[in-house]
Amino acid sequence: MSTVTHSPDTTDTELSRLDRLREQHGDRAAILAVAGGALLLVSGLLSWSYDNRILDDVSVRFYPLGIQLYAMLLGIVALALGVLLFRRPQWLNPGRGLRAVGWGSVVFALAGIIAVAYQAGGLINVNEGGWVGLAGAVLVLAGGLLSPHVDLDVRTWPRLPSWAEILVIVVMLGLLLFATAYTLNVDDPATFGCLLITLLAVAIGLVGSGFGEYLGFIGQNNRRPLLLAAFLVAFLFPFTQDGSDANMSIATQILIFAATALGLNIVVGLAGLLDLGYIAFLGTGAYVGAMLSKSAFATIGWNPPFLVVMLLGMLVASIFGLIIGSPTLRVSGDYLAIVTLGFGEIFRLAMFNLDGNNGPDLTNGPNGIPGIPDLNFFGFDFGQTHTVAGIPLGRFSNYYFLLLLLIAFVILVFTRLNDSRIGRGWVAIREDERAAEAMGVNVFGLKLLAFAVGASLAGLAGTIKAHQDTSVTPDQYIFLESAFLLAAVVLGGMGTVAGVLVGATVLKLLPEKARIVNDYRLLIFGLLLVVMMRFRPEGLVASKRRQLEFHEDDEELAEIVQSEHLEEAK
Amino acid sequence: MTVTDPTPSGHVIGDRVVLEAEHVTMRFGGLTAVGDVSMKVHDGEIVGLIGPNGAGKTTFFNCLTGMYVPTEGRVTLGGEQLPPKPLKVVRAGMARTFQNIRLFGNMTALENVMVGRYCRTSSMALTSILRGPKFRREEEATRLRAQELLDYVGLGKSTEILARNLPYGDQRRLEIARALATDPQILLLDEPTAGMNPKETEETMHLIFKIRDSGLAVVVIEHDMRFIFNLCDRVLCLVRGEVLVEGSPGEVQSDPRVIEAYIGGDDTDEDEEESA
Repeated sequence: MSTVTHSPDTTDTELSRLDRLREQHGDRAAILAVAGGALLLVSGLLSWSYDNRILDDVSVRFYPLGIQLYAMLLGIVALALGVLLFRRPQWLNPGRGLRAVGWGSVVFALAGIIAVAYQAGGLINVNEGGWVGLAGAVLVLAGGLLSPHVDLDVRTWPRLPSWAEILVIVVMLGLLLFATAYTLNVDDPATFGCLLITLLAVAIGLVGSGFGEYLGFIGQNNRRPLLLAAFLVAFLFPFTQDGSDANMSIATQILIFAATALGLNIVVGLAGLLDLGYIAFLGTGAYVGAMLSKSAFATIGWNPPFLVVMLLGMLVASIFGLIIGSPTLRVSGDYLAIVTLGFGEIFRLAMFNLDGNNGPDLTNGPNGIPGIPDLNFFGFDFGQTHTVAGIPLGRFSNYYFLLLLLIAFVILVFTRLNDSRIGRGWVAIREDERAAEAMGVNVFGLKLLAFAVGASLAGLAGTIKAHQDTSVTPDQYIFLESAFLLAAVVLGGMGTVAGVLVGATVLKLLPEKARIVNDYRLLIFGLLLVVMMRFRPEGLVASKRRQLEFHEDDEELAEIVQSEHLEEAK
Repeated sequence: MTVTDPTPSGHVIGDRVVLEAEHVTMRFGGLTAVGDVSMKVHDGEIVGLIGPNGAGKTTFFNCLTGMYVPTEGRVTLGGEQLPPKPLKVVRAGMARTFQNIRLFGNMTALENVMVGRYCRTSSMALTSILRGPKFRREEEATRLRAQELLDYVGLGKSTEILARNLPYGDQRRLEIARALATDPQILLLDEPTAGMNPKETEETMHLIFKIRDSGLAVVVIEHDMRFIFNLCDRVLCLVRGEVLVEGSPGEVQSDPRVIEAYIGGDDTDEDEEESA
């Protein structure tokens, strides 16, 4: 397989000027990159600001903190890629990586300088470190732009013994765990922003230079270990938090959001149905969980074991799915979206009004059902802090483990349905509904099934959410939440598991960590989606088939996917 | 591919009526696209449907396969009346291909044929999630059967090629394989050689003979007269939605009305043929 670098949208003259520069100075690219990397590295040891109160103190020399560390990280990556550019291995494309790291470094340095100048009152407060860093970043970018194109060839990738490949996976996931834990503990918003830029630049740089594809290649060959290692890493995460519940609370919210988004992805990504009222199914599950709990405000005096509650939550939600689906799935496209949007609102208003004044007293109306007690599995109280191996695990950690199981279950359902007779039927419906029906695919039945399965998974997540949140109110299930779920699916990648996990994490984490994102989240996410639709409609992590569907006339892409199919068949 | 004698002689047509269309009429508003067409197809028989553009051939196919609900008339398959639902028609044993190829372009050739097996397999959600031995057996059987059918139509080496990357002629053959995967008693082919070169047309003819010899009845719409008259046991000529002539290829070929319909007719104002 060979990947071809897409030339950026530049006019012919610009392109040829860059090409000419590349020809003349191509051999200096590596030197520029190494020099730039070294400068970035040095800038981390220098002071960035006179003022020691901002950005978690970056005024000290030879004791890097915060963005000084990130500058060094960028420098190391740029250095490594620069050295690789000297050696020119056939299976890597350091130039492309350098370009990404270069752009990222420039943005990073500028962001750092602006943050210092803004918070300390003027550019005069920016110390030599910032300027050295900016110079280094520009050099790295120049090196990246001047470095020659390399066409990658998968077949020349070195194959390590399988234990070593698994080790690579484990190390990478370990790094991911470390980076996540570290990122979550950064509290200063400006530092957090710079860290995100750094991580993004490093990630895009590694992917662009071919490491990403290499890791994907290894992952393909070791799917089971990869999955196990991923879950192990996720399982270990609470142990890095030292008993603090602050991050675990965010993590549990992300997991619930992700599990629900994965359920929605069955409806949207696999069956291709647009559902704008999906949050109602999460709400259904939550209300079932609340009504059957031991809360003093629960309206039904029956407290079955939680396992039964979970099953009931799934059942009730899927019945709602069938009720809403059977009349509406005969309409398609926009009409379906409108009907589901209406259903979402009906659900919220119904919960709002079932307070005894306008019908049976089921939900306590706008007050909701508060005071839902913590779960208790065979004496294991989810509300208590448990100490394992000397590390205290708080209330949210307990729910985190339960939600991890939930996610595993949802992923299992998702992938197994996708890879079956039913999954093939869904693809056929997406491709050509009339032809699918003429070939004997039960179009209506399969759509209904997608609706019911998606709804039941959301219902299941809802029952746990009720206990974790300790209260259920109608205003948690507004249309905006449905929109965010859909945004997570679209942003991450329709029809993929990894994509939705990424999308859900981004959409939940950013507003929690950066105040500015929270204040303008509708604006920012809206812009993000518009930009995504323009440049990468298939989402961050795209399923190959979806990518093809979005780029019908891209023959090159079809060839690439083609050769991957052939590789897999061997 | 083995070359059999291309003449239909020596082949025995069964007595059993597989497909019977009685007085099928399809009106769109004031326009009668198909008017009172009756047709019988016996097992082991290849029936050709010819006629100028807009004669209502494809509309008639759509009536047979339940994609349209005929305004009048009824369609029976093996003595049972067919409900006008494509799904039920396929399950009853009638499969079709399309005039404008309608493959699932982003699926591989094998996956396309496996979709055709959908109505003959039964794994539902729970079995698919639990992955018991029954599921695995069925999945394996589906895969094997699909591969077998690809070999049958001569695409055995293109298993993992995306349908949209296949050459035109292969796409038409893949459509036939996908239709065969539904285990039909009767196969309806809508212009199976459109856009093919003479060699591919020849191969398609042999493929249709092979399908016929395996016991299926076949109905073919085609504009290539040489192809139709060499292939079919019986030919219906449709003009303006009505059967003009019905008979053996020889009879139809020499009928002056057919020649007039093609050359002297004025059918251009009747462009009701849907490319559904």
